[in-house]
Amino acid sequence: MSSLVENLLKDASGFSVPKYTAKDFSSGQDVRWCPGCGDYSILAQTQRVMPDLGIPKHKMVFVSGIGCSSRFPYYMDTYGFHGIHGRATVIASGLKIARPDLSVWVVTGDGDGMSIGGNHFIHLMRRNLDINVLLFNNQIYGLTKGQYSPTSEKGKITKSTPYGSIDYPFNPAALALGSSATFVARTLDRDPKHMQGVIKRAAEHKGTSFVEVYQNCNVFNDGAFFLFTEKESKDDNVVFIEHGKPLVFGKEKDKGIRLNGFTPEVVSLKDGSFSVNDLLVHNEKDTTLSFILADMTYKPNLPRPVGILLAIDRQVYEDEIDRQIAFAREKRGVGDLKKLFLSGDTWVVK
Amino acid sequence: MAKKTVKNLNEVTIRFAGDSGDGMQLTGTQFTNTTAILGNDLSTLPDYPAEIRAPAGTLFGVSGFQIQFGSSEIHTPGDHCDVLVAMNAAALKVNLHSLVDGGSIIVNTEGFNDKNLKLAGYAQNPLKDGSLDKFKVYEVDISKLTALALQDMNISSKVVDRSKNFFALGMMYWMYNRPLETSIDWLKSKFKDKPEIQEANIRVLKAGWNFSETTEIFSVRYEVAPAKLTPGRYRNITGNQAVAWGLMTAAKKANLELFLGSYPITPASDILHELSLYKSHGVKTFQAEDEIAGISSAIGAAFGGALATTTTSGPGVALKTEAIGLAVMVELPLVIVNVQRGGPSTGLPTKTEQADLLQAIYGRNGEAPLPVIAASTPSDCFDAAFEASRIALKYMTPVMLLTDGYLGNGSEPWLIPELEKLPDISPSFVTNPDGFQPYAREEATLSRPWAIPGTPGLEHRIGGLEKQNITGNVSYDPENHDLMIRLRAEKIERIVNDIPPAHVEGDSEGDLLVVGWGGTYGALKTAVTRQRKKRHSVSHLHLRYLNPLPKNLGEIFPRFRRIVVPEINLGQLIKVLRSKYLIPATGFNKVRGLPFRSVELEHEIEGILKGKR
Repeated sequence: MSSLVENLLKDASGFSVPKYTAKDFSSGQDVRWCPGCGDYSILAQTQRVMPDLGIPKHKMVFVSGIGCSSRFPYYMDTYGFHGIHGRATVIASGLKIARPDLSVWVVTGDGDGMSIGGNHFIHLMRRNLDINVLLFNNQIYGLTKGQYSPTSEKGKITKSTPYGSIDYPFNPAALALGSSATFVARTLDRDPKHMQGVIKRAAEHKGTSFVEVYQNCNVFNDGAFFLFTEKESKDDNVVFIEHGKPLVFGKEKDKGIRLNGFTPEVVSLKDGSFSVNDLLVHNEKDTTLSFILADMTYKPNLPRPVGILLAIDRQVYEDEIDRQIAFAREKRGVGDLKKLFLSGDTWVVK
Repeated sequence: MAKKTVKNLNEVTIRFAGDSGDGMQLTGTQFTNTTAILGNDLSTLPDYPAEIRAPAGTLFGVSGFQIQFGSSEIHTPGDHCDVLVAMNAAALKVNLHSLVDGGSIIVNTEGFNDKNLKLAGYAQNPLKDGSLDKFKVYEVDISKLTALALQDMNISSKVVDRSKNFFALGMMYWMYNRPLETSIDWLKSKFKDKPEIQEANIRVLKAGWNFSETTEIFSVRYEVAPAKLTPGRYRNITGNQAVAWGLMTAAKKANLELFLGSYPITPASDILHELSLYKSHGVKTFQAEDEIAGISSAIGAAFGGALATTTTSGPGVALKTEAIGLAVMVELPLVIVNVQRGGPSTGLPTKTEQADLLQAIYGRNGEAPLPVIAASTPSDCFDAAFEASRIALKYMTPVMLLTDGYLGNGSEPWLIPELEKLPDISPSFVTNPDGFQPYAREEATLSRPWAIPGTPGLEHRIGGLEKQNITGNVSYDPENHDLMIRLRAEKIERIVNDIPPAHVEGDSEGDLLVVGWGGTYGALKTAVTRQRKKRHSVSHLHLRYLNPLPKNLGEIFPRFRRIVVPEINLGQLIKVLRSKYLIPATGFNKVRGLPFRSVELEHEIEGILKGKR
């Protein structure tokens, strides 16, 4: 006998996916982020990408923890779960294991995901459930009004660090890679097109996809990423990485990244010493390279890599659970409680 | 061959004790299974150290297993043992206090060499210094006899040494007239692929039996007739296994998938182990990275439409507390199993206690009521787990199921239920989008609709922020908050109409009412039964539902002159009862990490009746 959930899904299977627009994904709730917050852009790009995925709204679930970013599910007209601090990744994991048919998204921040939820974050990465994680990194605690976060730069002066923070910051991409993530990407709140592309790729990836979004908190940490997002400085400080393409950057496309041993270095393509052929060519299937790229993150004199650092295939957790269930059933038949109760030693009292 | 006398016994308690590596738990389990099949009623208590392999021969490395069996109803593993099997000096030292005066000790003399005596802290050999004169001591060189039985087999001395527990088992089978077949069959299937180990153990088991039969060491043999139990088919079951099977049965009867999110913790891990076996039943188990992840994953699964559960012990509940509050707020069904152990903090991980009742009822931030149910015996864990699931699904609420280390590891015969006779507890998922509101409540139960992702048109958001009544939208409105707090409380209170009234065992009025809950049932029942045989006016009331409490309690209490509430804590139920019913109850509290002994309860009851307390 099929379960109640299976019956329900069978009844809903005739549903044809309508031609959605971004607006269809807006819940109509008043958005309560501060005016000018980078979160607005992330919400807008996500809503823009959703219609392209071909997934009906009722099959989508956005799960969040606590923090400014975690209000996100309220604004999406999908199923949503605003959980508790740090635990979105595990709420989502349980949901995905129980319901592999759903498209499950986690929205978290640098506090929620890297601090209180750090443990769950790394375990989700290694398990590789098919869940998409959007981490809004603004390098500050916004909802609690301005304390330093696990990604704040060392020396940051905040309400809780009047003499400057002495913590060394996490590098979320490196943390994800170190936890054996299969999809790791970085994008920018002020680059809608790039973000849309990354979110789409994340959705299509089978396995956990981790997307770090540099997001401006214009109230408590304004301009934290301006070097990478503003017109005047962006080209010289960001290298957009693309699979199969050499790492070229600069306003005039006149600079590149070359590997000197295992160490990336900036070379000029102008003075004739190096050409494009000498540059590092990105390969998103190369795990070793992904570590080198992620490690460029806080290095002075190196541009910040933005794009998809790694996208590889590995077995997916919930598929393995289903495979084991199928295997057990093939070997022993579908479980029968009556038989189980009577297995082993039993006796009759008359 | 000497003539042997056969004596009939109504009940007997045996304790097997040895090193953690001596296989005492296995010996005890084998004896239990054979005894159960013979039709005796029984109750067992494993008592093992927290250390996995403590140094051999030491006091803290002693592992014990006690079984009481009889020809009438047995409710406890026995206060004291009649027979102590001691595989070494340390085992004797640790367990001698539990032996009745005049009881029998069967010792493995090899375990009393100088090294063992020193490790056990004996200045002189107790077998030789007369200190055991008030007991019947049987000295058997079990190690040597085991080696002799296996001398023509080409096996390592390690395997030989590990077989000696079966010699002791064989002796006990002979002494209590039990057949060897059950254990032989077990060995054959367990060591199917290791024929040498199989043969060695079978030989040693038979050697133990034959040794007892032919030597003159034992002059008496005992007979314990089958007990008169409710007719039907039985099997032996531990509390942890019963919880696992109860949850599986509930999922089946609810037509839902069972999801367990759990983190290993003593003494609850066996539930995780057990449920992990049943992939063919579609059970999904998730060993999470910590306790918080265990419950949070279960909450996620509940949102997706599973019968979700998380299993743990006290410290784990402490970690899960915030998430339990979330489950209260989002009103999703969830069964939280707490196999209580000695606390606080890490406490006594392998020992039993009942000190998490207030944590279960009150231990959350904010007004966060939830139903609390306690199992009373190992086999009752099945019914309690089923009932916890029923309430969780019907009222869309997390439910706390309390068992304890004693129930979880203890075992007793279980009357196998007929699945057809268990009620259907299927929930109904809402599917109609017309007028759907996530927090519109059902009139009778006040439960909210369960709308699972995948249902077209019911897209909605839930979360830990306060909800607006009916719509479920986030609301900071003061009046709404007050209303929602009351609605959530009222929902749990209304469960009182859906649970059976409390039942007094014995007279419905009298001098003394003994009120208990949870795993103390057997000890209280035994004590009260014995006192009633002495024509004392005492009755027993055992609570399964701790929140809400059964409706009729307020009518029962005034019918007794005195009320005593024995608990393995410093008085938790009594606080709840006093505050709700304003009764002058007396506590009886011992928190030693051990179950109550019925004699100490009897002593207390007599003291109260004589007006000494």
